[in-house]
Amino acid sequence: MGEQMLETAERTSLQALARAELPGLYALARQLAGTSAEDLVQETLLRACRSIHRLRDPKAAPRWLRVILVNVWRDGLRKAGRDPREIPVEDEVTFSLYRTLAEEDPLPYSDTMHVDFLGAFSKRDVQLVLGRLPDLYRVPLVLRYIEGFSTTDIAQLLELPPGTVYSTLHRGRQRFERALWDYAEESGLLDDHDRGDRPGERGTS
Amino acid sequence: MTHPIGCREAVERLWGYLDGELDGTAHGAMEAHLAYCLRCCGELAFAREIRDVLRTRGAGDLPGGPLERLHAFIDRLDTATDTGATT
Ligand SMILES: [Zn+2]
Repeated sequence: MGEQMLETAERTSLQALARAELPGLYALARQLAGTSAEDLVQETLLRACRSIHRLRDPKAAPRWLRVILVNVWRDGLRKAGRDPREIPVEDEVTFSLYRTLAEEDPLPYSDTMHVDFLGAFSKRDVQLVLGRLPDLYRVPLVLRYIEGFSTTDIAQLLELPPGTVYSTLHRGRQRFERALWDYAEESGLLDDHDRGDRPGERGTS
Repeated sequence: MTHPIGCREAVERLWGYLDGELDGTAHGAMEAHLAYCLRCCGELAFAREIRDVLRTRGAGDLPGGPLERLHAFIDRLDTATDTGATT
């Protein structure tokens, strides 16, 4: 019957959509779920199959899939009793990497020390630093600055008041800066400045 | 019009300003502060660099194995949903 045909057409377009969006979806899944990323993408696509009939505007599809992915991820955490939104009691960190660099002057021969400091981080370094942050802080940062969701979007995705997302992003950025600094110190990133012995790609910007 | 702010407040709002998420009044106060405060201009430029670091180096290259398996999964999606729960 007609409905059946429509469903088949929708499925076909979901398959095309899924193929086109797969790299982006899988990249986001890796940020959220690490080694469970593949399962997360599968669950996302299954859920998308069931609700594709609600998608009216094909242009909204990439974003629609990402929203589903974040929801599936969150539901999984809830079932496991781990709410990613739980905010630790304490947690006031005030750290300015800009000022720390100005004070500590780790690259005394550089005229453009702030930029050079960041330039010393390879892609792999940055990902290791990000990976050190707790979900609570890492996830909003990823959604905001890698995936490009607005603060309001993130509030909806994580079911949090926008003010909370705003302050979580603020803390998350400070923690990221702090983690960059700690990582640079621990790994001797700034010692071997020519770094011929360090494998891994340099930043591409 | 806008009340003057010091560096502490300016630094707190730096990223909101950078991301275009401040309301009109707060935005105006930031502009007024940045117009004379070199240090906060430096912080702003650096914050922009950090944002670029996240955007351009925050995501890793994807391993091929899982992507291939997921492509195979997508190929089978039509049958997968038939056996699942009905709408
Ligand atoms: Zn200032």
